[in-house]
Amino acid sequence: MLIAWLIVLPLAWALAAWLAGARRGATIACAGVLVQLLLALALAREVAAHGPFTYAVGGWGAPLGIDLHVDGLSALLVLLTEVVALPLVLYTRAWLVAQEQDGTYLWPLLGLLLAALHALFVSADLFNLYVTLELLGLGAVALVASGGERKQLAAALRYLVASLVASGCFLLGVAVIYGIHGTVSLADLAERVPADPTTPTLLAGALMLLGLMIKTALFPFHGWLPAAHGSAAAPVSALLSALVVKASFYVILRLRLSVYSGWAEQLDWLPALLGGGAILYGSWCALRAERLKMLIAYSTVAQLGYLFLLFPLLAVGELALTAGALQILAHALAKAALFAAAGIALLASGRDSVAGLASLAGVLPLTWFAFGLAGTSLMGLPPSGGFLAKWLLIDAAIMRGQWIMILLVVASGLLAAAYIFRILSCAFRSAEREQAVALRPVPRTMEWVAFALAAASVLVGLEANAIAGLLGTGGAR
Amino acid sequence: MSATLLYALTGCALFALGLGATVLVTEPLRRVLAFNVMGSGAFLVFVGLAQRAGVSDPVPQAMVLTGIVVAVAATALALALIRRLERDDDDAR
Amino acid sequence: MNTGVLLPLATLASSLLPGIIIFMLPETRSRTRTTLNLAGALTKLALVVVMLFGVRAGNDYGFRHEVLPGVQLAFEMDALALLFVTLSSGLWLLTTLYAIGYLEQSPHRNRFFGFFSLCVTATIGIAMAANLFTFFVFYELLTLATYPLVAHRGTQKARRGAAVYLGYTLVGGALVLTGIIWLRSIAGPVEFTAGGALGGLGAEHRTGLRIAFALLVAGVGVKAALVPLHGWLPRAMVAPAPVSALLHAVAVVKAGAFGIVRIVYEVFGVEQAHALGVLTPLAVVAATTIVWGSLRALTQDELKRRLAFSTVSQVSYIALGVAMLGPQATIGGLVHLVHQGIMKITLFFCAGNYAETLGVHRVSEMDGIARRMPLTSAAFTIGALGMMSAPLTAGAVSKHWLSAGAEAADMAWAGWVLTASSLLNAAYFLPIVFRAWCRQPPTAWPQEHITRAGWRETGWLLLLPPLVTAAATLGAGVLADLPMSPLTWARLIAAREYAGSSM
Repeated sequence: MLIAWLIVLPLAWALAAWLAGARRGATIACAGVLVQLLLALALAREVAAHGPFTYAVGGWGAPLGIDLHVDGLSALLVLLTEVVALPLVLYTRAWLVAQEQDGTYLWPLLGLLLAALHALFVSADLFNLYVTLELLGLGAVALVASGGERKQLAAALRYLVASLVASGCFLLGVAVIYGIHGTVSLADLAERVPADPTTPTLLAGALMLLGLMIKTALFPFHGWLPAAHGSAAAPVSALLSALVVKASFYVILRLRLSVYSGWAEQLDWLPALLGGGAILYGSWCALRAERLKMLIAYSTVAQLGYLFLLFPLLAVGELALTAGALQILAHALAKAALFAAAGIALLASGRDSVAGLASLAGVLPLTWFAFGLAGTSLMGLPPSGGFLAKWLLIDAAIMRGQWIMILLVVASGLLAAAYIFRILSCAFRSAEREQAVALRPVPRTMEWVAFALAAASVLVGLEANAIAGLLGTGGAR
Repeated sequence: MSATLLYALTGCALFALGLGATVLVTEPLRRVLAFNVMGSGAFLVFVGLAQRAGVSDPVPQAMVLTGIVVAVAATALALALIRRLERDDDDAR
Repeated sequence: MNTGVLLPLATLASSLLPGIIIFMLPETRSRTRTTLNLAGALTKLALVVVMLFGVRAGNDYGFRHEVLPGVQLAFEMDALALLFVTLSSGLWLLTTLYAIGYLEQSPHRNRFFGFFSLCVTATIGIAMAANLFTFFVFYELLTLATYPLVAHRGTQKARRGAAVYLGYTLVGGALVLTGIIWLRSIAGPVEFTAGGALGGLGAEHRTGLRIAFALLVAGVGVKAALVPLHGWLPRAMVAPAPVSALLHAVAVVKAGAFGIVRIVYEVFGVEQAHALGVLTPLAVVAATTIVWGSLRALTQDELKRRLAFSTVSQVSYIALGVAMLGPQATIGGLVHLVHQGIMKITLFFCAGNYAETLGVHRVSEMDGIARRMPLTSAAFTIGALGMMSAPLTAGAVSKHWLSAGAEAADMAWAGWVLTASSLLNAAYFLPIVFRAWCRQPPTAWPQEHITRAGWRETGWLLLLPPLVTAAATLGAGVLADLPMSPLTWARLIAAREYAGSSM
């Protein structure tokens, strides 16, 4: 029942928020997300206590009805969604007031997005994954466009086209799979596909992988991401970078762990190779970016690449999965914090440039701490979740004797440090602050949200044991 | 060549045409059309491949119906974005 | 919770909590800030004294927290940890006093003292770490906490220096991390164990162990400023004097040197390291650093830069002591960990006093400065004599044990290096002392910020710390055989490290 509520509730409050108008919509959304957080916590507890379970919507059951399946990984990601969403909803509320915007469309779209995320994480079949991916994409595109500025509209259109091409590829893959195996249920396919290593099945897998890589903005399919994440409104960027790109990554991970578990050697090297490219290219662009939000967006490109290094190491077992989950969590929280902090900088100084941050030196300490803590997590420095993920990845790489992988993981951290400290060093430009511009006041809520998210991205490392436990008992298929 | 394969291959061809056009064409409206062609190709593969011994399977048909609804929504969003962009261009002129 | 858990936890908290609260205070609340700082520093010192007696009586202090299966955050207050903790917390108190005087009226003091406290917390964490994972966590935390201090002034030069510092130390951190995990893949989780934790590994792991050793020592060698990894240290000189004191004596280079001690003695075990043949290369690097640092110091006119190169040289005494097999060398290295800290911090306090009081930054401006500032100059002279290992100073004790160790380890060349270094130290310190005491003072000082009031040549908060540390330099030399002296502790530790061996 909990799962069904997690999907229905955001849709319900989305509708209510739209009917109630912008102002009351904000309150409704906050209340809704708070309840979702409690539901997600209950869900995680249930999975931790009783293990994974399946829920047949409406009591119909597959193949006529839709089955939903929750295990440790999906429960963790649902929980992550709420933990990121709740602060960001509060942030958005304050942000809209400060920007003097009404956000009529923002709240309903947010509800749609969250519902799609929840549904995606608990989907038990390929077709449901397709539908939820598509819904998620539509919601995300609409959110990018919701600001109404020209560059946002252009970026949204570009994002939409990429997203549609991607889901087209995914759908074709699903069609081929159904044609061969006569089912789309992940559980059934996990039994049949490994026993049938034929070219069409592999081809279908490659098509789905291609679609999902485009959606996850893996280099060289990342073209749409910096434009979309860099131009969207700050809270929207935060949501997209933190959660939406993770959803398609989750689908890849899920397919790799269940349906395509027998294909490891043949398919794994490709995402890892592209991931390595993403780390280098994304970091390079982040180092050169002039706009602050562009820097953070390219950092997402690099960090997503980092996630893909996971695949050749999955053979090590539980360890690698924990590393991946920790990295997803730490990056989601840190990136949400960075975009939130960038939104504050933009609001206060009126400029979206890295150099312009110098005008904020000596003021807004909480925001600077948010930049610093979130940066710590992205660089993979202790005790953050990003650090533990790095630790486990290197551990797995040494076990597998993957020396290049070690080099890439270490380089990724150092490159991240290089671009993060482009931001942080601005905090110390006290000597050149004479030509300071007049700063606009920033609501305290926004600062605290950025700080809380950043702190969470560091502290999640201390809860790593609980996370590993949830993944262990809940077991990902 | 069996009918199943014929449908599937036609679907693949349509998909490839649509995909090529979506990637290559820059004019927004034609891109949306191309995407729809691509989607139709995928649907055709879905329904076509799933015929077993001449009897059509109802499950993929239900899925394709859902897919069409999703595609309509996506097309609508794309059209709305394009219209808005064009209007902004007109205003700017 | 029993005191065994509570005391080490409180030692960490006594600087962490004030740090966090200070960040949240408004800039203008300078009295609250000062109170917090001093309360924290005094509490820490009191806790340390309690534990000093406790550890000597054989009590156990420590706690652990499991982060991941097989990965623990573990703290253990053993004799070696306590040696370092005592040094840092004692000098932290003095440096805090000094910094309060030094930074009076300057902007961003919240930020400064906040990170200052974090920095000390990280140092304590490094000292108490009971395994490599914990060591690394705090080692990186130290990097992060010192960056804002180096960049504190905010000038182009300061930010440049901070960026260089960060570049060096982060790369060093990455090396350490790789080394730790490499070692882990060979030997499983490594707990620091007196006499070494890797006993019983077969000969097939020799290459792997050598690589891990190289990675680890190169990584911590960045902070310990081993040549050629020392480039950041002279550039970090742009930081305010209390920060230099912190970098050179209390925290950063000390953390590096301490890391080398832990790795050689309690990870590999000195015998095993010797058997692996990694000690001689380390000794050669240390000796090169000792000579190179001194040679570079000769030509520096800027006082703080000269001191920085002197640190490069002096810290490697510790590494040299560690790299020579035998308890005497160990004692020499360990005792120098403390002695170098006390002596070098004296010199930096004095350099800061000259700059802050009279605007004197260069050696060439120091003619006759002892007539204007006799007390500071006396402290400086004692520190400098200590660096030359002159009799009755702490430096003499270090050198005596190190030389004896070199002889015992059949490394006569190391003894020659030490002698040469003493001569070089004399060559770059004696001219300063001569100028200060024997030349005529100029008619006007570059920038006289603080005027003289009776015997008080400068602010008392600036004057007190160097006098205390200068006295300690003499004390550690003259009273080296007292029960709680650094030397006695170093002998205790060395006895434990060599307990299981045939020596």
